[in-house]
Formats: sequence, C-alpha cells, structure tokens
Amino acid sequence: MNTLEADRILAEELRRIAPDVDATSVDRGGDLREEFDIDSMDFLNLVTALNKRLGIPIPDADYPRLGTYAGFVAYLSEKAG
Amino acid sequence: MTAILSDYDQVRASFSWQAARAELDGLPGGALNIAHEALDRHVTAGKGGKVAIRWIGKDGGHRDFTYADLSAETNRFANVLRSLGVAPGDRVYSLLGRVPELYIAALGTLKVGAVFCPMFSAFGPEPIKARMAIGDAKVLITSEALYRRKVADWRGELPHLAHILIIDADVPTEGTRSLSDLMRAASSEFAIVRTRPEDMALLHFTSGTTGRPKGAVHVHEAVVAHHITGRYALDLHEDDIFWCTADPGWVTGTSYGIIAPLTNAVTMIVDEAEFDAERWYGILERERVSVWYTAPTAIRMLMKAGAAPVRSRNLSQLRFMASVGEPLNPEAVMWGAEAFGKPFHDNWWQTETGGIMIANYACMDVKPGSMGKPLPGITAAIVEKTEVGVVEAPRPMTIGQLALRPGWPSMMRGYLHEQERYEKCFVGGWYLSGDLAMQDEDGYFWFVGRDDDVIKSAGHLIGPFEVESALMEHPAVAEVGVIGVPDETVGEVVKAFVALKPGITATDELNLELLGHARKRLGPAVAPKQIAFRQNLPKTRSGKIMRRLLKARELGLPEGDISTLESDER
Repeated sequence: MNTLEADRILAEELRRIAPDVDATSVDRGGDLREEFDIDSMDFLNLVTALNKRLGIPIPDADYPRLGTYAGFVAYLSEKAG
Repeated sequence: MTAILSDYDQVRASFSWQAARAELDGLPGGALNIAHEALDRHVTAGKGGKVAIRWIGKDGGHRDFTYADLSAETNRFANVLRSLGVAPGDRVYSLLGRVPELYIAALGTLKVGAVFCPMFSAFGPEPIKARMAIGDAKVLITSEALYRRKVADWRGELPHLAHILIIDADVPTEGTRSLSDLMRAASSEFAIVRTRPEDMALLHFTSGTTGRPKGAVHVHEAVVAHHITGRYALDLHEDDIFWCTADPGWVTGTSYGIIAPLTNAVTMIVDEAEFDAERWYGILERERVSVWYTAPTAIRMLMKAGAAPVRSRNLSQLRFMASVGEPLNPEAVMWGAEAFGKPFHDNWWQTETGGIMIANYACMDVKPGSMGKPLPGITAAIVEKTEVGVVEAPRPMTIGQLALRPGWPSMMRGYLHEQERYEKCFVGGWYLSGDLAMQDEDGYFWFVGRDDDVIKSAGHLIGPFEVESALMEHPAVAEVGVIGVPDETVGEVVKAFVALKPGITATDELNLELLGHARKRLGPAVAPKQIAFRQNLPKTRSGKIMRRLLKARELGLPEGDISTLESDER
C-alpha cells in the first residue's frame, strides 16, 4: 500500500474514534495519543479496526512503532504490502 | 522476606490507630503534616541521599530525585505559593501528566498548609471547569498545551482563580506565569506549616448518579492510614522499589502513587507514558520493581499479549503484586499466577475512604475474584436497609451494601460545600459505600456491582449526568440517557442513547459529530465510546429517563418493575 493510501485509511479510522480532531492539523511526529487525545482503549479500538479493515495482524510488540501518526502510516504502508 | 502483616488475626486483634499514628513523627505541638512525614523526616533521619522518585520520561530517559532533592524542591514550591499570597486552606489544583512538577506541587502545596487537588489530564474542559469551580480553585499548575486547549477559553469565569503557573513556557502567555522562573527565585528553605491533623489537605473528586461531581475532603490525619495500609496491604519494606501505575488524577495515584510510598521511605517509579505492554515489562525488569500496584484493566490488556513476554523477562525481584479499581476477575488472578508465578492481590477502597479498606494480604491465600478481608482497624459488613433501619445481612453470601464503621483516619470529612450529600452516606452508624457485595463464611468479601447508575470504566467512576449534560448542549439533541455497558477489558464502557429533536435525521455523520462534541467537552476519559439513536427514551411520569431500563434492554436482562414507565423507548 502506498503512503498516501495508508494515510487516508488511518485518518478515516481515527476520525471514527476522535472526530473532534482534524488529522491534517496534528503534529505528525508528535505523540499520537496526545495529538488525538485518545486513551488506551481508543488506541486498542483503532488497532482492532485497522486489523479488520486491512486484514493484517498488528501484534503488541509492534506498538512502539505506532507512537506517532507518521510512524503509524509508515508501518501500515509497509505491512499492507 | 517476611511479610509485614504476617499473621492477620493476631495483628487485627492487637491493632490500634494510636499505635499506627506512633509510626509517624508528627510536628511539635501535636501538629501533623503529610509532606513532613513523606519527605523531611527522612532527610532529618539521614536518608536524604536515597532515591525517592525515579521518573521515567516518555522517551525512556530517567531522572532521579532523592529525598533531599524533593525536600528542597517542595520547599521552593511552598515559597512560591506563599509569595503569591496562598494561605493555609486555599485550594491549589494541578492539570498535568505524570511529570516531576506534579509531585513537587502536591507536596509543596501541603507544606504551605494549602489543599491539593490533582485533576486527570485526559479530562476535557467541562469536567475541569466544574471541579475548579466547586473547589474555589485559587491556583492552577498546568502545561502550556493543556492550558491553551482546556482552560484558556473560560478562565475568566472563575472568580477565585488568581494564578496560573505554567511548567513549560519560556514566555508565558498573558495571565499566566512561568513556574520555573518563580522556582529559580525561591529559597530552598521552608518551615513546614504546622497543620492540625483535622486540617484539610487533599480534595479528590468523584462522581454520583445525579448532580455535579463531589469533592471528597481529606485531612492531614489521613497519612496515618496511607502509611499503615502501605505496609499491611502492599507489604512495603524500606528497601522496596515500588511502582504504582495509577495517575495522581485519581485517588489511588495520590494515596499510593505519592504519599504511602514516600512515608514508607521506599524508592518509587513514575512512568510518564501511557500503558504499553512491552514498555511495562521492560520497566519491571530494568528497574527491579519489587512491589507493583496496578489495575484490572491493565492486567487484562497484558493478558491479551500472552504469557510469553513475561516469561522472557527476569522478574525475580518482583515479590508482591496488587490490583485495585474494580474487581479482578478470577481468570486474571489465575493468569497472573501462571505468567508471573505469583498471584495478583486484589483490594478494595474508594475516593471517600482515602486508603485501602479491604485486601488480600501477602500472608493469606488469595481467593480469586474476592477483594479479601478488612484491614486491621477497619470494620466492614454487608448491610441491608429494612423498616427498622440498616442492619447487618445474614452471612454467608447475602447481597447487600458494603458498609464500614466510620472513624478511620483517611475517611472523607465531607463533600466540599455539600453537607447534605455527605450526611446521606451515613446511616445507622455505618458509612454506606454504594457498592453491592457479599461476605463468605471465611470472612472474605466479594464485589457484586454498584447500587446506583454510576459507571465504572477502567476503574474510574463516571457520573452519567455529567455525560448527559454535555450531550444535551448539542442543538440536535432532545434527550439523552447514559449507561455503562459491560466490556471485557475496561469493565464498562460509556454508551449514550440519544433522541434527536423533531425534523433532525439520525445519520452516521451526526453520530460522529455528537461523539466529537462530547469528547471536546468531556475529554476521552469521560466521553461516551458509543452513541445509539432512538426516537424516544423510556421515561417515568415525571419525565425522568429510566437508565436502568435502557441497561436491562441493552444487556437482554429482565426489565424488572416497569410500573412507573410512562413513555416507552422507540
């Protein structure tokens, strides 16, 4: 998956959880949970939703790579082929 | 290592609160100050060089604060407050993540005799404003980002709010001051105010079914319970490395994430970051944590990651594991025993009790799923309301309200400015907890549920009224009923049922708009995670929305008595 598409999908799923935050206005290198004001449960719901939508496993051990928006996009585009 | 409470029955029989008080130093003239017991007395006793707090930043780096460092920094903070005109009894609030300034502010505030009120940084503007208004906040310590996002818009509306101290602003915005500038100019010498044991020290907010949040008042005397329960229920020895994962915005994170470990002179870990399984195991191993106090939600999230990540670590230093916040299900206790080779010890208490009341102890067999037995000095019972008043329920295993005999040192002394609501908690010589429980033939207590509509999510109480009020502010909303729906990880999640005004169509887009609206006002910790549209909500004749019925239907349970139902759900 190319970066643009991963970006679009992540933004869409984040919007379902934190619709009050505009993904285009956040600091992409900043702490994802802080930028989107999401808690641990929101984060797990996000991971579950992406796992379902893209059909890729996202193991706990990979969570450190999902700490920023930019990191998350890079991870998705790499994993989703 | 021998458990401090090695024989439950024996210690319970010989226990007295006077003897527990004698484990503390006190100040001349019968004065007592939590900060003195937590810091300065250890420095006087020659332990100033010991690490009190090892703070781990989000980036993984760490900073150590010795008892002497913390004593000096809190002295500076106390001097800063005094220079700003803060007097004993004034309320000082924090809105911060788990950063060193939070801990310094808490204990520095107590040194000057003022009252400390920590707020959870994941609250949105409305819960923050409500809590600061109720408590007549005089000072707020926060960060530049939190101030801008959550406070700046309405700060002028609070008449008592005199000072806003920003921890990370080089050039503070108008109406705020730089805390670091003030700290640099302040002396590290300070004579602790000789507070009386009954002077107000801490203000912790909790939620009820109706009305505004309640500010539970705790006094300096509470430190007697913080200290002794740290020893008995958490088995804190002076050479322990202790990690309480709770945020000080909730009572656990203050009583056991600041006060109890420090009065017991242990080294405590503070992690700035949010939950992450790998990170947590790394901290347990690297920091050689020996006593760990965490919560069922976190344990269940660790369970999801499996036992393998635990077994790959060297956790031989980890001696005692405890859990609080909501009942720890038997599966989680068993998993702990399997993965860590030792069980989690569940315990029970609440904002109003100030400290642990019922616990599974190191010296006793854990009954998986049970909250354990009352602490020495605590009398607990299951009571029922009858025509002749409140009476103890027959044992074993009768469901009733979990009640405590008043009089322990960390019992709340009031809900601030709400005497009537406070008095309602005490009936027939008992403090009624609002939790339903049972007691078995061995004296162990078992949690059943709440006796009201309060929602318990990730161990924290959420008042449905606070959530409903925020949604009602949206122009499309006609009525709202908010309930907790069971969730295997966090206990309950907040779900809102919304009926829209005539002519407004329920769309997916509007659902997201309402979700965003609620999150903006309430923050992620309080806002609903799910919103469902209805044409009409079930109401009584007086127009009261029947949350109980919404919940029974959501869960597919019997509807119970619906004789008061006037207008049904559609």
